[in-house]
Amino acid sequence: MEPPYKILVVDDEPDLEPLMLQRMRRDIRKGQYEFVFAHDGNEALECLSAHEDVDMILSDINMPGMDGLTLLEQIPKVDPEIRAVMVSAYGDMKNIRTAMNRGAFDFVTKPIDFEDLRVTIDRTLRHMAEWRDALATRDKLVAIQNELGVAQKIQLSVLPTEFPASDAYEIDGRMEAAREVGGDFYDVLRLENGKVGVSVADVSDKGVPAALFMMSTLTLLKGSAIGLGDPGAVLTEVNTLLEEENEAAMFVTLFYAVFNPENGLFTYSNGGHNPPVIIHTDGSSTVLPATNGVALGIAPGYEYDEAAVTLAPGETIILYTDGVTEAMNAEGEEFGLDRLCQVLSESRPTGAKQANTIIFDAVREFAGDTPQSDDITCLTFRRSES
Amino acid sequence: MVTNEPEGGATTWTVADTKNLTINGERKEGTLIAKATGRIDGSNAREFQDALETFLEGEISSLVLDLEGLSYISSAGLRVILLVSKKLQRTSAQFGVCSLSASISEVFQISGFDKIIQTHSTQADALSAVNT
Repeated sequence: MEPPYKILVVDDEPDLEPLMLQRMRRDIRKGQYEFVFAHDGNEALECLSAHEDVDMILSDINMPGMDGLTLLEQIPKVDPEIRAVMVSAYGDMKNIRTAMNRGAFDFVTKPIDFEDLRVTIDRTLRHMAEWRDALATRDKLVAIQNELGVAQKIQLSVLPTEFPASDAYEIDGRMEAAREVGGDFYDVLRLENGKVGVSVADVSDKGVPAALFMMSTLTLLKGSAIGLGDPGAVLTEVNTLLEEENEAAMFVTLFYAVFNPENGLFTYSNGGHNPPVIIHTDGSSTVLPATNGVALGIAPGYEYDEAAVTLAPGETIILYTDGVTEAMNAEGEEFGLDRLCQVLSESRPTGAKQANTIIFDAVREFAGDTPQSDDITCLTFRRSES
Repeated sequence: MVTNEPEGGATTWTVADTKNLTINGERKEGTLIAKATGRIDGSNAREFQDALETFLEGEISSLVLDLEGLSYISSAGLRVILLVSKKLQRTSAQFGVCSLSASISEVFQISGFDKIIQTHSTQADALSAVNT
């Protein structure tokens, strides 16, 4: 709010206008105040609509036509943010009380003491300035929330929703984002000689910084995976690149594997991520052994090991984030890895997509109405029967 | 509420008590000990960080983070521990984490944090490690 502040004066007495201009002439000359005049409530409302830049209203109570108390009720319909100071006869507590109940900001009594009026006007204008500031801040907050919505859309838009079709395997990835922007991702990469790379990751913390960190990880991973091939070397390179400029000590747990359809070999390196679980054809399950990894972005020059398992035809491997296993129910219990294995063992899914549907349904049913606090992400890989 | 170490007098004090998390301070033979009780997740990681940073305000030679009373830590909490460890490294101060429950210990193992942050099974072990 910048001076001159525009004050709308409403009074039926014709003498008030010259008197006001005379007594406030210094403030007008200094460019502090600017006055517009109306002679009853109706004229005041018209004036308010015409001059959108009015900063406050100074109004008499008793006027022919629309009086000051009726005007007070009408003002919010034209401008809900504007404040009015009422002028009343000395000791007219009944009208003053009604005026205050109808939202008058303050009042001055007749005969007007112009020094007192100046103090009241300044206090009202100060209040208006703070109020408008608060409104602007609120608008900014809404804008930030919209921005977060945009960040979430970006996060979701980079995740693949269609997966390579192959006779050798089936892949399905799914993420249910928490309300706040999280940092989970999964990816599927077509590599040379029919090989396919799969990844799942979880960035520490949430919000826009996490989403940005996730985006750079995803890009670096894609580049390294295509350039280097071997999962251990890929993680070593991504870690080095992430660690170089990481003042905020963010990190990402990342599991990356390459499947070779020629021999069923699933070669992987685990950078501090929850170990995936293999569901065998008889319904039993095995947690993938660790590979001595560390979350990426924090250990300079760390060399990541890799390991390999052979997936038998019909075997399924579940890559997930802790949003799955740490989903809570109303009693504060966690969904847990055991329950995940049990659900899959009982239902024996015959495809990756079906397996994911079963997992997400089970987590949702378990959590019930308990609000979701973390992204829930699953990438399921299944080697076809033949 | 966050308070600094009191002038003289008490040897234990409360640094933070908020949102399912309490941080107490203690001084044993020149080593500061921060004890975390409760759980640390995205909702109170900021308070956890503020509380730990009050320990770093003066010139300190060693800090032990005792997690005996901690039931859960999310990646947001791990990040705070990492930040503290990095800050202490810069001033060549010693840092150790001790008394991890089985589930917290598992989080440290899976994430590989046990490879970059010194962990000890007991507070006594941690104290002797940071003082040698």
